Amino acid sequence: MCTVCGCGGGKETATAGEAVKRIDDDKPQNHEHDHISGRDHHHHDAQVSNARHDYGSGVAGLHVPGLSQQRIIQIERNILSKNAEYAAANRARLAAAGVFALNIMSSPGSGKTTLLVRVITDLHNRYPIAVIEGDQQTSNDAERIRATGAPAIQVNTGKGCHLDAHMIGHALDALPLVTGGLLFIENVGNLVCPAAFDLGEARKVVVFSVTEGEDKPIKYPDIFATAELMLVNKADLIPHLEFDLARTIEYARRVNPRIEVFVVSARTGEGMPGFYAWIDRHAEAARATMKAAE
Amino acid sequence: MHEVSICEHLLGILDHEARQHGVTRITRLKLEIGRLSCLDPDALRFAFDAMALGTIAEAAKLQIDQPPIRATCKDCGAATELDSRLETCGSCGGTRLDILGGDEMRLLEMEAA
Repeated sequence: MCTVCGCGGGKETATAGEAVKRIDDDKPQNHEHDHISGRDHHHHDAQVSNARHDYGSGVAGLHVPGLSQQRIIQIERNILSKNAEYAAANRARLAAAGVFALNIMSSPGSGKTTLLVRVITDLHNRYPIAVIEGDQQTSNDAERIRATGAPAIQVNTGKGCHLDAHMIGHALDALPLVTGGLLFIENVGNLVCPAAFDLGEARKVVVFSVTEGEDKPIKYPDIFATAELMLVNKADLIPHLEFDLARTIEYARRVNPRIEVFVVSARTGEGMPGFYAWIDRHAEAARATMKAAE
Repeated sequence: MHEVSICEHLLGILDHEARQHGVTRITRLKLEIGRLSCLDPDALRFAFDAMALGTIAEAAKLQIDQPPIRATCKDCGAATELDSRLETCGSCGGTRLDILGGDEMRLLEMEAA
């Protein structure tokens, strides 16, 4: 195991058509990589766009940075300080590249991947777009993204219920980040756990579909409180449902008075221009910040 | 489930602190867990008991402080205290609250045998 960054031994296997990286923290192995190469984090073999990072193949079926790794003494320490360090490094790296990164969170089945396919199809002429896909198992979502032509890294968390900043750092090693581009991080479908883990994104977005029921924002307030934007998806289904849109927005604003809301349908494209204008504003700000730092 | 991940982080910090201070057995931990954090104290205790087995912290008792959430009402200006995100201003019932902190997840101290 690497004692500098804490990442696991490099037991790697390849399956048909893709590279699979297995990271077993409990099994120290020979593990070589360069920590003084001038980049701010560590690198394994970077397999662009076809890579799948599997964090669920350890003994516990769960990879968690912070356990049996490099330690730094702090008294009165934030329990997630290690994740915060990785997130800060990711954030600095994305800011230096002028990339606007979004952490997309929702319950399973809200339409996150369909939404991303729609965004890539509509915006690929205006922005270079890359995607990190988080799921417990399978590369299905990354394959859907790659079918659009955009590069995608699949991160499999195994039994893990969320992405963390260390996983994102490794995924960034394997993704071509283009200056002024967009990075979408599709978190594991879960309305609870992803709220706790800063990934180094610029903005958190919660996707909520109209089939889920109006009261999700007050049933699962943490994730709605942590997001800057709520996309109410599957709006094309509203005529077929007893769904009170105004009440949903009222509930979301009760837990987060500052949350912005767009009502969209990833299937029909309805409402998406509002979301794109929001992206344009933030992507422009990310580029301006990068230029100011130069 | 994320309580398991968070316990892994906590155990990593404890292991390190213990080595640094020559501690071989931890008997008590004092944590500060904000009421607006994503952690439920009972779920955290359950996860910790399972995760700490076989470590120097397996006998540690968890003392979890949950300080009240302080907030200022934007409507009437009153200072108020909350137990959850869904509460309203204690003075005027307003829902527009400026919340000050409440999402802490900190290890404050450990007691060694």
